[in-house]
Amino acid sequence: MIAVSGATITRIVPYFVRPMPAANIDLMIMTATAAPIPPIASRPDFAAIAAWVQPGARVLDLGCGDGSLLRYLRDARNIRGYGVEIDDANVLRCLNNGVNVIQSDLESGLSGFESGSFDYVILSQTLQAMKHTEGIVREMLRVSKEGIVSFPNFGYWKNRLQVMFGHMPVSETLPYQWFDTPNIHLCTLGDFEAFCQQHGVHILERRVMNGDHQVTLSPNLLGMLAFYRFERQQ
Amino acid sequence: MQDPTSVGIVTPQSVRFDVPLHLKSGAVLDSYELVYETYGELNAAKSNAILVCHALSGNHHVAGVYADQPKSLGWWDNMIGPGKPIDTHKFFVIGVNNLGGCHGSTGPASINAKTGKPYGADFPVVTVEDWVETQVRLADHLGIDCFAAIMGGSLGGMQAMRWTLDFPTRVRHALVIAAAAKLTAQNIAFNDVARQAIITDQDFHGGDYYSHGVVPRRGLRLARMLGHITYLSDDSMAAKFGRELRNGAYGFGFDVEFEIESYLRYQGDKFADQFDANSYLLMTKALDYFDPAHEHNGDLSAAFHAATADFLVVSFTSDWRFSPERSRTIIKALLDNELNVSYAEITSSHGHDSFLMEDRHYHQLVRAYMDNVVT
Repeated sequence: MIAVSGATITRIVPYFVRPMPAANIDLMIMTATAAPIPPIASRPDFAAIAAWVQPGARVLDLGCGDGSLLRYLRDARNIRGYGVEIDDANVLRCLNNGVNVIQSDLESGLSGFESGSFDYVILSQTLQAMKHTEGIVREMLRVSKEGIVSFPNFGYWKNRLQVMFGHMPVSETLPYQWFDTPNIHLCTLGDFEAFCQQHGVHILERRVMNGDHQVTLSPNLLGMLAFYRFERQQ
Repeated sequence: MQDPTSVGIVTPQSVRFDVPLHLKSGAVLDSYELVYETYGELNAAKSNAILVCHALSGNHHVAGVYADQPKSLGWWDNMIGPGKPIDTHKFFVIGVNNLGGCHGSTGPASINAKTGKPYGADFPVVTVEDWVETQVRLADHLGIDCFAAIMGGSLGGMQAMRWTLDFPTRVRHALVIAAAAKLTAQNIAFNDVARQAIITDQDFHGGDYYSHGVVPRRGLRLARMLGHITYLSDDSMAAKFGRELRNGAYGFGFDVEFEIESYLRYQGDKFADQFDANSYLLMTKALDYFDPAHEHNGDLSAAFHAATADFLVVSFTSDWRFSPERSRTIIKALLDNELNVSYAEITSSHGHDSFLMEDRHYHQLVRAYMDNVVT
């Protein structure tokens, strides 16, 4: 069984800690007890996002999973914010984590949120699992001044190598088989940047990571995870 | 052996208020009594109190049982008790019968000191705001300056919301469950059919049936039957009753044939035996009038501008009387005011009544939320 929202799956699996077989991931989702919060040091992706967020900002975290990013941002950056999450077990985990969560389906948009009501809207490792990619990016920039997305880079060399050998890639950032993956809109850095150009999205900053290292050389080949901070094209 | 998660045997208390109460309608009640129950211990700082507000047909008997009445279980006993989602080891919980009710607090069946007879039709129409005002006095009486939380389902959730608007410094958390910021036309329509059933009963006597030694039983029974249909869902009725026949074959008459008929009539009879028709009229009217946005030109966000509490809002997927959409309207207003709020939409087939049911996920959510409520 695959959970309704791929977003929830990707977020509760600390990808670089231990890629897990899909069966175990489902078990995690079905278990209603709070997931342990990984120590900050084990989540360089959180640190990367926090580095872009101004202290005291208003933050909306889409597909917030168990709320640990929001909790981290609250502790590290004193932000005020809300998570949006569809999965029952994750909504419960958010309450356990003491973060605000609104149970809602991202695919149906953000109509419950007023335009311009946030400083940042974050879509962390969720973009690739969404049906309505264009719609969600448009909605992000309606409710917020800036958007932050992170996604696994399909152009990472290990992924390319596996395709070259005739198989869909299974890796640290893509820990799924082709038949059970929630990821339906995978892209490379180049693809995402072209998308932004075509959709009036102005990229403010990019950060590419490989585990806890930042990648500057050939990021589209050597980077596992991409982070972008963007705004509406002026 | 007593269930360790039960508050056990409880005893109602009552308190009389002699300071005149000015009601929203303009009427004044010179004095009134409220009956209430408490569970758990109020801490020294008096910071662990929770007020549970009841819905249309509820009362102050929220948890536990009365001595020698093992079946007299409180209406939200599955939620409140030692180790339950509202843990009475941690919290001091208060249930109160609302003014105008018929379970001990002053209401239409009470004796009017001015006439020496039951109030009957003279009992003023009360609103959610009026109830909150009386609950504030009860809090004063108990020495509680600020509730850790105020909670309720349906009409009870409306009272919790009203508290956060009218007395923002006296409530830190509001749990608004299966509620709405106002009734829809359809909701009001259902209420009016219920009222008409009562008012047109020939035993109603303009509300003064007490002196005639009768009660508008048929009307109240019909009102409850109608209400009950709206509290369930099509699916839950289908699952529970379907088209089951009591005697296995059509009788080609108008006696009870389908199980659902039997069930509804039973519910109607039971209710008519224990509830006062005038109280029912008052409760439905309080529901109809509730509309905090009304004073703000229909702007609910402006209405919630006064609120400072944190909120947990919960709705149920099969609740068509107070649908998830109605809760989303509340959420929007809370978000617009940048209040701390969490919202959960529980998958349940039990319709509006879901909020009273024992559901693992629902109870886990309330427990998780309450775990983070500081006392």
